[in-house]
Amino acid sequence: MLETDEHRLFRKTLRDLFEREIEPHVNVWESARTFPAHDLFARLAPVGIFGLEYDEAYGGMGADHSFTLIAGEEMGRISCGGIPMAMAVQMSMATPALAQYGTAELKEAYLAPAIRGECVASIAVTEPDAGSDVAGIRTRGVRDGDQWIINGSKLYVTNGTQADWLCLLARTSDQPGYQGMSLIVVPTSTDGVVVSRKLEKLGMWSSDTAELSFTDVRVPVSNTIGEIGRGFQQQMVQFQAERLITFYKQVGSIELALARTKAYLAERQAFGKPLLANQHLQFVLAELSARHDMLKHYARTTADAVMRGEDATRYATIGKLMGSRLQREVADTAVQFHGGIGYMDEHWTSRFFRDTRLDSIGAGADEVMLRILARMDGYSTE
Amino acid sequence: MNVVVCVKQIPDPVAPGALDPGTNTLNRSGKLIMDDSDNYGVEMALQLAGGEGDEVTLVSMAPGGETSGLRTGLAMGAAKAILISDEALAGSDALGTAKVLAAAIARANPDLIVMATESTDGYTGTLPVQVAELMGLPSVTFAKAISIEGSTIKVERQTEAGFDEVVCPMPAVVTVTAGVVEPRYPSFKGIMAAKSKPVENLTVADLGLDASQVGSAGSGQEITDVSESEARGSGEIVVDEGDGAQRVVAFLEQLKVI
Ligand SMILES: Cc1cc2nc3c(=O)[nH]c(=O)nc-3n(C[C@H](O)[C@H](O)[C@H](O)COP(=O)(O)OP(=O)(O)OC[C@H]3O[C@@H](n4cnc5c(N)ncnc54)[C@H](O)[C@@H]3O)c2cc1C
Repeated sequence: MLETDEHRLFRKTLRDLFEREIEPHVNVWESARTFPAHDLFARLAPVGIFGLEYDEAYGGMGADHSFTLIAGEEMGRISCGGIPMAMAVQMSMATPALAQYGTAELKEAYLAPAIRGECVASIAVTEPDAGSDVAGIRTRGVRDGDQWIINGSKLYVTNGTQADWLCLLARTSDQPGYQGMSLIVVPTSTDGVVVSRKLEKLGMWSSDTAELSFTDVRVPVSNTIGEIGRGFQQQMVQFQAERLITFYKQVGSIELALARTKAYLAERQAFGKPLLANQHLQFVLAELSARHDMLKHYARTTADAVMRGEDATRYATIGKLMGSRLQREVADTAVQFHGGIGYMDEHWTSRFFRDTRLDSIGAGADEVMLRILARMDGYSTE
Repeated sequence: MNVVVCVKQIPDPVAPGALDPGTNTLNRSGKLIMDDSDNYGVEMALQLAGGEGDEVTLVSMAPGGETSGLRTGLAMGAAKAILISDEALAGSDALGTAKVLAAAIARANPDLIVMATESTDGYTGTLPVQVAELMGLPSVTFAKAISIEGSTIKVERQTEAGFDEVVCPMPAVVTVTAGVVEPRYPSFKGIMAAKSKPVENLTVADLGLDASQVGSAGSGQEITDVSESEARGSGEIVVDEGDGAQRVVAFLEQLKVI
């Protein structure tokens, strides 16, 4: 991937934008355990971040995938994980299937306002009894004429207390397993949609996470994204975009964490010299930098594959797996090398440590990535 | 209406360049960015010249044919740019730069010229009024608001006590202070569109100027010495013991800020 002047200017624009619109508020939003999604998204949307690769007919930018990589890297530099995660939901988790498979009417009604930052979207797949095993979901949509009647519940829904609409995965037939599911756009203002709980979490404090319940929720069948019965398959495609943006954010966050740790160790004196003068610390950081470099270049190779129109499943899987792990190791090292201050809530390291723990669980746990790879590479007997 | 905005392209302050030990001038080779203080001028110009047929032209003098900073202004929405780049311009002082800018601005035949009060890298704060003088135009400095009324501009001019209302015929040079408008961010679409917007590249000869009047040859100014600026002292912490507000007010009064 060739980084052009346009990429550089886009990167700088995002960095300035986040610096001005997000950074001054991060501490307040972290303490509040939520953030004003409607207000923030409206401020971010004009640069095009919520519709980078989407069709210009719906207000998208028609950009190639390399700009998503740049956006992800810059989002990773934001000084908390919650806000970039919330943004990523709108960009790459709740909207890709709608953009790819939705009807023109559905895109006009839900995708276009999401791109303009006029509404907040959520992805509702996980349930109390089904997370990694998506095929185990129980939320049902039963057809009544030209309406679905939806009953069930969804768990851990990011942006869930504020969302205007959900991209919801439900069973819409009695076929078992991967069959008979559909992705449905559910406006949260519909009768029967209830935020049953706002969930407290280990990290990602500025991001609100909800449990939602659905009782006889009626939405038009025309709100179905793509083909009825193909929801699982479409969601697998959507997961790919989710894993890619997660991976790209990690490339940015790790780079910044290493730079900040280096700067601290160069200043901090112990035993008559800067901490950074200890070869052990240098070598540990050098090794992490080396692994970050591999990750960064893998991200570029990944973006190139996506732009060539190749199946990027393997890239997304490996990138998300290795990025999540390296990020956790860097976070752990940053806390360790900072000593006591590293453990303090007021310091960036402890937030980074809390927030980065999620990536090995969400968007498909590390073991789920390994399961995909084991199958692809023929290690699995399944 | 045609508005020209003078835009300075400077080394990125995040990775500041070094001074050339021979000339004591800033090393400006490499990628430059648009000076942050020009964001306000560009935004102001775009707001004033937002109508049908209106146009904003950027004018910049920079070494090495550098356009990176200009692209930012074009991405924000300016229509075109004029770049003056010439080896003969190395070592220009403020007046030399003003001569070049004045000659380039004249080619765009503007109704209004917007400049920042001062740049953020190496600055004298004298350039705008020199340009105005050379072009024989009136100048209004420290504008915090500008409105167009027929062929005149009405400017709210920042003063220590508040602001003056100044009415001035066009064409004129106006300088804007940082923070007077909220500069827009270039959108993705703007960034891509900027790629194909015209940038006219000019040399000293193209402007009909004599090389001996500009650059180090024409410079009446020499930097004989540079020294480190004084490190900023630590601030004063007011611990609120119930009288915090009064003490902050007293502190500000003593500084004559309020
Ligand atoms: C903060 C947060 C935000 C979230 N946001 C959303 C959202 O917006 N929308 C949404 O739908 N979901 C969301 N999730 C849910 C997330 O995607 C799931 O938690 C995740 O997929 C794991 O599912 P689970 O929690 O049911 O864990 P389980 O499926 O019960 O798995 C538990 C653990 O078992 C292991 N494991 C699982 N499968 C295998 C296997 N095949 N082989 C070996 N080991 C295995 C893994 O270590 C895994 O972590 C969010 C979760 C969190 C914590």
